[in-house]
Amino acid sequence: MNSPHAASLRDAALVAGIAGILAFPFVGLLLTTEGTAPTLSTRFPEFAGAVVVIFFGRLGISAARRGHGLLPLVLGLAMAAGGAFSLVVEATGLGASGTAIWHAFVPGTFLSTVACAGGIAIAGLAGRNYLMQGRQPAERTPLPMGQLLLWLGIALAGFAILLPLLPGVDRRLIDVATLVLTYVMLGWGLNIVVGLAGLLDLGYVAFYAVGAYSYALLSVTFGWSFWVCLPVAGALAALFGILLGFPVLRLRGDYLAIVTLGFGEMIRIILLNWYDFTNGPDGITNIGRPSFFGLPFASKPEQGTESFHTFFGVAYDPVHRLIFMYYLILALAFVTNAFTLRIRRLPIGRAWEALREDEIACRSLGVNPRNTKLSAFAIGAMFAGFAGSFFATRQGFVSPESFTFIESAILVAIVVLGGMGSQIGVAVAAIILVGLPEYFRELQEYRMLAFGMGMVLIMLWRPGGLLTHREPTIRTRPAPA
Amino acid sequence: MNDESGRDSGRIRIRVMDYFAQQFINGVSLGAIYGLIAIGYTMVYGIIGMINFAHGEIYMIGAFIALMAVVAFGISEGGLVVLALLSALLVSMALTSLYGWVLERVAYRPLRGTQRLAALISAIGMSIALQNYVQLTQGARVKTLPPIIRGGFEFQFGNTEFIVRLSTLQILIVVVTLALMAIFALLIAKTALGRAQRACQQDQSMAALLGVNVDRTISLTFVMGAALASVAGLMVTLYYGVIDFFVGFIAGVKAFTAAVLGGIGSIPGAMLGGLLIGLTEAMWSGYFSIEYKDVATFSILVIVLIFLPTGILGTPEVEKV
Amino acid sequence: MNPPTLLSVEHLTMRFGGLIAVDDVSFSVEQGAIHALIGPNGAGKTTVFNCLTGFYKPTVGRITLHSPESRTPFLLEQMDDYRIVREAKVVRTFQNIRTFPKMSVLENLMVAQHNHLMRASGWTFLGLIGAPSFRHAEAESVERAEYWIGRTGLAEYADTEAGALPYGEQRRLEIARAMCCDPVLLCLDEPAAGLNPSETEELSELIGYIRDHHHISVLLIEHDMSMVMGVSDHIVVLDYGQKIAEGAPETVRNDPAVVQAYLGSDDEDEAGESEDTTS
Ligand SMILES: Nc1ncnc2c1ncn2[C@@H]1O[C@H](COP(=O)(O)OP(=O)(O)O)[C@@H](O)[C@H]1O
Ligand SMILES: [Mg+2]
Repeated sequence: MNSPHAASLRDAALVAGIAGILAFPFVGLLLTTEGTAPTLSTRFPEFAGAVVVIFFGRLGISAARRGHGLLPLVLGLAMAAGGAFSLVVEATGLGASGTAIWHAFVPGTFLSTVACAGGIAIAGLAGRNYLMQGRQPAERTPLPMGQLLLWLGIALAGFAILLPLLPGVDRRLIDVATLVLTYVMLGWGLNIVVGLAGLLDLGYVAFYAVGAYSYALLSVTFGWSFWVCLPVAGALAALFGILLGFPVLRLRGDYLAIVTLGFGEMIRIILLNWYDFTNGPDGITNIGRPSFFGLPFASKPEQGTESFHTFFGVAYDPVHRLIFMYYLILALAFVTNAFTLRIRRLPIGRAWEALREDEIACRSLGVNPRNTKLSAFAIGAMFAGFAGSFFATRQGFVSPESFTFIESAILVAIVVLGGMGSQIGVAVAAIILVGLPEYFRELQEYRMLAFGMGMVLIMLWRPGGLLTHREPTIRTRPAPA
Repeated sequence: MNDESGRDSGRIRIRVMDYFAQQFINGVSLGAIYGLIAIGYTMVYGIIGMINFAHGEIYMIGAFIALMAVVAFGISEGGLVVLALLSALLVSMALTSLYGWVLERVAYRPLRGTQRLAALISAIGMSIALQNYVQLTQGARVKTLPPIIRGGFEFQFGNTEFIVRLSTLQILIVVVTLALMAIFALLIAKTALGRAQRACQQDQSMAALLGVNVDRTISLTFVMGAALASVAGLMVTLYYGVIDFFVGFIAGVKAFTAAVLGGIGSIPGAMLGGLLIGLTEAMWSGYFSIEYKDVATFSILVIVLIFLPTGILGTPEVEKV
Repeated sequence: MNPPTLLSVEHLTMRFGGLIAVDDVSFSVEQGAIHALIGPNGAGKTTVFNCLTGFYKPTVGRITLHSPESRTPFLLEQMDDYRIVREAKVVRTFQNIRTFPKMSVLENLMVAQHNHLMRASGWTFLGLIGAPSFRHAEAESVERAEYWIGRTGLAEYADTEAGALPYGEQRRLEIARAMCCDPVLLCLDEPAAGLNPSETEELSELIGYIRDHHHISVLLIEHDMSMVMGVSDHIVVLDYGQKIAEGAPETVRNDPAVVQAYLGSDDEDEAGESEDTTS
């Protein structure tokens, strides 16, 4: 046996060993409670399966990294086949009639899926190595990123506008797309705070909550319409941004992160416990739905009034409202984007970015850091307030449950993974982080696990985010030829 | 009638004192636990200047492993409880330390020297992943442990019916915490590892030039922090008797608050901060409302950061320009 | 008749814990002159700058600026750093370069005109609706930036990321950026550090040009003796936080205390440097 393979084997054994020790208590053992007494049972087949998959996976990856072709290809294909086989067996119930021995070899859907996907990835890497053998890597000319991103943006926007009209688009897809767009809008709002001004806000969801509850309370108490509540909710959220930001914005980066996290949790706890005002954990129901320029989307309009379908003379279809909601959030998101693109080119926008780059230099140029940060914080909060209103009207129901820390974490992840400050990056990251997991709801259980690991992996792969290109906000006039 | 009301108010006064004493005892026990977790935050922040956001999860993992070890060693009342608890503690410390080591190795070390935010995002990702890993493998329901260490002292002041309890477990928690504190303080003051840590804290590249193995020092810092967190995990399991996959988040935030309050980078500061946070929480729950006890902690964090950014025992520092 | 005093520093003292970085230093700067602050490493020069520009609050001392643009003098030790730039118009550069690395050279210079442009953009509202008055002001600012880009020889880099510029160009960018703040007093912290002789020569010319054509006073920290001697009208020497000499270049050069401070056996680095410059 030649030494590189021996090294790979040793490395794989080491990794599998450590992973085995780490995984043993959680995968190999199961803690259950009977009455009040805890009992411990074992799950050795799953554990053994996990260690074997990790061993071969690591072997394949390290071999592929060293540029080998054959070994990782065979390994990868074998893993993929094994994983797929056990998935099929489980799905068809072939193993159901089987014996304990069979179960000892089929460790569960999750592991099989991981083995299958990992095997395909390794085989792919190996295949590439095979093809690249003896070939020089082609000279790369730098792409005109600015142009490319512009076209990508136009294409995405066009796709978003046409989506509900495309054939084969069902309610579920529109629902998911609406959700993704909500996150895109929130991501763009947070991008002002984190991406442009460089203020790490881990409590952005608080302003989303303020917007949602403002709308809910105004709508339920006073019966105000969506279009009246929207600006009020935005203004209230911005006011909260200023109130919360004022004392803490001079804090250093990570301290600010923790304090904003604290604010986010505080607002949630208050919403949860201030029964008289917020109805506590039960939330607020019967929130008014927006109308289409005064025409409600009701199946049976009140006597003497018209609703959307009667006015346009079409049959009532609940999908109308869904599509309307979709376009509503699309329009709100576009407004957010247009606003951000424009304000980036104004002095305040440039000051935000300069503050992100070097606060001390900013102060040495006469930029008032507190006001500048506060403006970013307030404007970011305002957009969260708008998005919150939309959320409340779409659900018809708000409760503190929707505004947990994890939402803030997802939003920060969207902004940072997208590539701080890049508008298209935010959209792409929102699609990847929210859209994909939401569409594959079958994997619901594993969604957050994959989400967390994805955050780590993307950071390791591209610490600067997915799209790091930045266009200057102003250029000198082109020199006369 | 006058006489009676006078006696009543006297009784109430005694009761007030008793109640205070009870909340004080509870607060100190709780604070010791926060302090142990806070040491992990403060050491890591001191040495690499990042908030190890996943430290709360390390503590949660420590609590789970400790509970499993306790069950595995079949600890029930009587028998060699002390010996078995000690073995459970060692197993949990060893495994949790390994988690801490791997965490740094996999998620933080490759990002050292890149943007600060990248490491923080990676840490948040790890925190989410670990939480869900435990939820997936062990289920979302709470795990319980009936009390193992019983007994204690009861005090009664005057002729009131209110009894102040000081349990053996509470004494144990405080004693173990103090002992660990002393050991760690010695370790850092006297050993080569401690010197290396302080050197890295001041200037990493300079320390490397002087022959300090920076990578190893940072790894060991994570290992130490994780070991202490696992002790806290065991004690919480014994003290409250319930844990679930989510206990790491809020405990983590509070412990971080404790670290900031005491002065980030200072180990005695972390202990002091832990005590203050524990006391605040106990008093707030006792006198105001349990629901808002977390709000009280967060408010302290904000107030401290605004008026005393270097904490109680931290060294003041003028930002170098 | 002496030219009027622009800046007077009286009994300036700055302590960091036990360390006295600046110890009872007094000096003044005249209008339209180039003054230099020299001294070995760690003498406290940068700390004096930090006190002047509000980054540190001095432990003791008074710093007064008699701006020709204002009737009442400014008490700099009582003002926040950004207000010193905005109102008193004392602008500084940094010893360790601080550009906005991901922003283009032109953008760097636009940030320097932030306060002017904020007012012109009606605190952003006029800017958002694209008011002509704002567009006009912005065009003017671009023009001013282009002027300084040309002056500092950065024309070919105008739309390049500042972080991608060569070292010497970044130093000049900082000066151009400071000039876009429209200063009354320009404070340069070791602007020639890391430059080669021909670049240093150009820099001297630039500083002279700023004084002569823009009538701006300059306070200069510099190690390069030949440059300091060539360009400055007046020199203040610091050592261990104390002022040990002051006067015209010729007087300071021959002052025994200064020679001692620079050639002192404990500071070989400095000795080497000053030998270089005398040869
Ligand atoms: N923020 C600070 N905290 C502590 N010490 C400082 C700080 N700033 C400067 N010093 C100390 O003050 C002394 C003078 O530094 P400095 O003014 O930078 O010297 P110079 O610019 O003349 O080389 C040095 O000993 C330095 O370490
Ligand atoms: Mg200096």
